Amino acid sequence: VTGAVTDAVTDSVVVVGAGAAGLTAVETLRGAGFSGRIDLVGAEPHLPYDRPPLSKQVLTGGRAPEDLVLRPAADYPELDARLHLGDPAVALDRTRREVVCASGAALSFDGLVLATGVGARRLSQVPDSADVAYLRTLDDAVRLRRRLAERPRTVVIGAGFLGVEVAVAARQLGCDVTVVDPLPEPMLRQFGPLIGGVVRRRHEGLGVRFRLGVGVTAVVADGSASSVVGLADGSVLVAGLVVVAVGSTPSVDWLAGTGLADAGGVPCDARCRADEGIYVAGDIAVWTDPVSGVRQRFEHRMNASEQGRCAALNLLGEGEVLRPSRYFWSDQGDLRIQAAGEFPTTGTVELVDGHPDDDRFIAVCTADGRMTGALGWNSPRRFTRWRAQVGEALEPSGGASAFPLPCEQTEKSA
Amino acid sequence: MRVEVEPEKCIASGQCVLIAQSVFDQDEDDGIVLLKTEDVPPGDEEATRDAARICPARAIRTVDAG
Repeated sequence: VTGAVTDAVTDSVVVVGAGAAGLTAVETLRGAGFSGRIDLVGAEPHLPYDRPPLSKQVLTGGRAPEDLVLRPAADYPELDARLHLGDPAVALDRTRREVVCASGAALSFDGLVLATGVGARRLSQVPDSADVAYLRTLDDAVRLRRRLAERPRTVVIGAGFLGVEVAVAARQLGCDVTVVDPLPEPMLRQFGPLIGGVVRRRHEGLGVRFRLGVGVTAVVADGSASSVVGLADGSVLVAGLVVVAVGSTPSVDWLAGTGLADAGGVPCDARCRADEGIYVAGDIAVWTDPVSGVRQRFEHRMNASEQGRCAALNLLGEGEVLRPSRYFWSDQGDLRIQAAGEFPTTGTVELVDGHPDDDRFIAVCTADGRMTGALGWNSPRRFTRWRAQVGEALEPSGGASAFPLPCEQTEKSA
Repeated sequence: MRVEVEPEKCIASGQCVLIAQSVFDQDEDDGIVLLKTEDVPPGDEEATRDAARICPARAIRTVDAG
């Protein structure tokens, strides 16, 4: 990317968003020797923590919420960053180069990293109620865990990664669980019908019920013990708890009027640069592929770290072009699905090693005569080997990448 | 340079194996990290540092000699 503008901040950096992307940006800045002022702004009161376990081990009790911190509290002093936790950014003044927080604090910067992530998408037909749960934050997860421990009859709206993970966790806890989705198989958008069918049959075997191919028309949740979920075919489901897992919305409201963001996120170039001295990382970044020009958002845990690092290095003038790993995973009870690359709807997914009957297999996606993605089902070591092949297939030059590999933006996954 | 891992944190992503095959391997069954050696072979220091840096579970630590 010759001729691209670079930045080289020396004075002060504000990182907005204290998740994996924001923390990685701070760590990278310090690791690269940046000695200026750093402010890390987070909407939540917690130290940066790891989000993928929220829909998995936190719900089942396998991980305590306090164990999710990405960096122990004792290791913060060496980062020498001013933490503004529980104090969300509410405005950005590009002319004064200043971030304003809810408390009124105004933080000036010459370098800025936007990493505010996403929030749970709401459904207009679902009322706010104590019996309706969304899952995005640690506090959401702790609340949901408490509710699930009472073993309510649970209806999960949405059969993407998050919905299926929550459904399986609820089932493990002994809940009666039904998953509803307008598409005919779970995780259809992510992996297509073959894998979707395998997912459904496996979890049906655990007692999870699926109501697929039918949308939700209305939810009545009036705080009585029984909420009612109305489906498009006229039937109803009665639930003690309704969990809504229907994707996400970029948290960009605070950037309104700045020209940096639209409803889809914050567009940036291959170096995560949105504007002069302004970079973007993690779930909100609409990243531009330097080869294809395609713009995409990756809601993956690995991507948060990769873009956080890329943004920080480029703030310091390193000229780093992002090589996304496009790796993601989903833990569903004792099932671990790992994936890398892309699974386009035009592709063909085939089993290449093992078999669903053994609950271990590798599947590969092929499109236009080349391998575009690999999926491992309870086969982590074999998956790593297949994944290396996908990485080679997707690197036209055959060049080595620090983050081997390519995948499509998925709904909610690790 | 030495390398240390915390298998109980590992989530079997395999990132480290892809980056530094001379140092890391995975258990065949659960994919959890295995060390081929605790002493990083000369020339693999940078790759090992990269593996530690990008590990999504932060389960790898490098310790510089001396």
